[in-house]
Amino acid sequence: MAALVIEREVLIEAPAEVVWRTITEPDQMSQWFADRVDLVVEPGAHGYLQFGDQGGPVVVETVDPPNRFSFRWNHPREEEPVVGNSILVEFTLTPEGDERTRLRVAESGHELRDWPDEEKQRYADEHQGGWAEFLDRLASVIAKPSR
Amino acid sequence: MTTQADDELWSAIADPSRRRVLDLLVSNGEVSASWLAARVPISRQAVSKHLIVLEEAGLVSRRKQGKEVLYQVDADRLDQATRAMTDLAKQWDQRLSTIKRLAEAAHAEAKKEKAKALKN
Repeated sequence: MAALVIEREVLIEAPAEVVWRTITEPDQMSQWFADRVDLVVEPGAHGYLQFGDQGGPVVVETVDPPNRFSFRWNHPREEEPVVGNSILVEFTLTPEGDERTRLRVAESGHELRDWPDEEKQRYADEHQGGWAEFLDRLASVIAKPSR
Repeated sequence: MTTQADDELWSAIADPSRRRVLDLLVSNGEVSASWLAARVPISRQAVSKHLIVLEEAGLVSRRKQGKEVLYQVDADRLDQATRAMTDLAKQWDQRLSTIKRLAEAAHAEAKKEKAKALKN
């Protein structure tokens, strides 16, 4: 489904296997992500992320070492995360030579939560551009003086 | 973690037609729904629906002038929307840079250990 996606990337001077461990091992995750990470990295595994005095469930989707790792979070506590009630975070690791890895992250789903289904579909049908386009556009809109 | 208010904002600006309406409001100041409908490829009714969503998200406010209802953008709220999105992107930039630091340190450490092992 086409959607607004936040996409960022970074080039890391380390092999993909090392980057993989950094993004998937709970004690490593707690250094760059949540304060506390209770998670087994297996497809379908349910875990918990603690941020300060807030926290929420997380469910692992894809585990394909050392290339793809994704999870869903921000869904209501008593519900299973699906498209429409959660945020999907997808990591993609691409080796560039033996000791360098391009790490991409894509976060999507913010705009789809709590939408009526027909509107989601229409949005998916209509939406062509991506996140960057929208930001650019919004920025240019704001820069224009109003009459 | 996102808040309820954030969710409304996201939904409101995620729709391309609503973004077009917002765009027109920003560049033209205070205008009516009919004026907007003449400039977008959707019906007057659809424009009204979009205006309601934008209003609920606090991005647009209305004012009655004679028989007409005029709409205008809330610049502060729109600014807040842009910042909310930029903040999310920035948050990931920070996380990625921490991942980079951790992975590179782990890799350097592993190389050092390996070199030591080879020496012994």
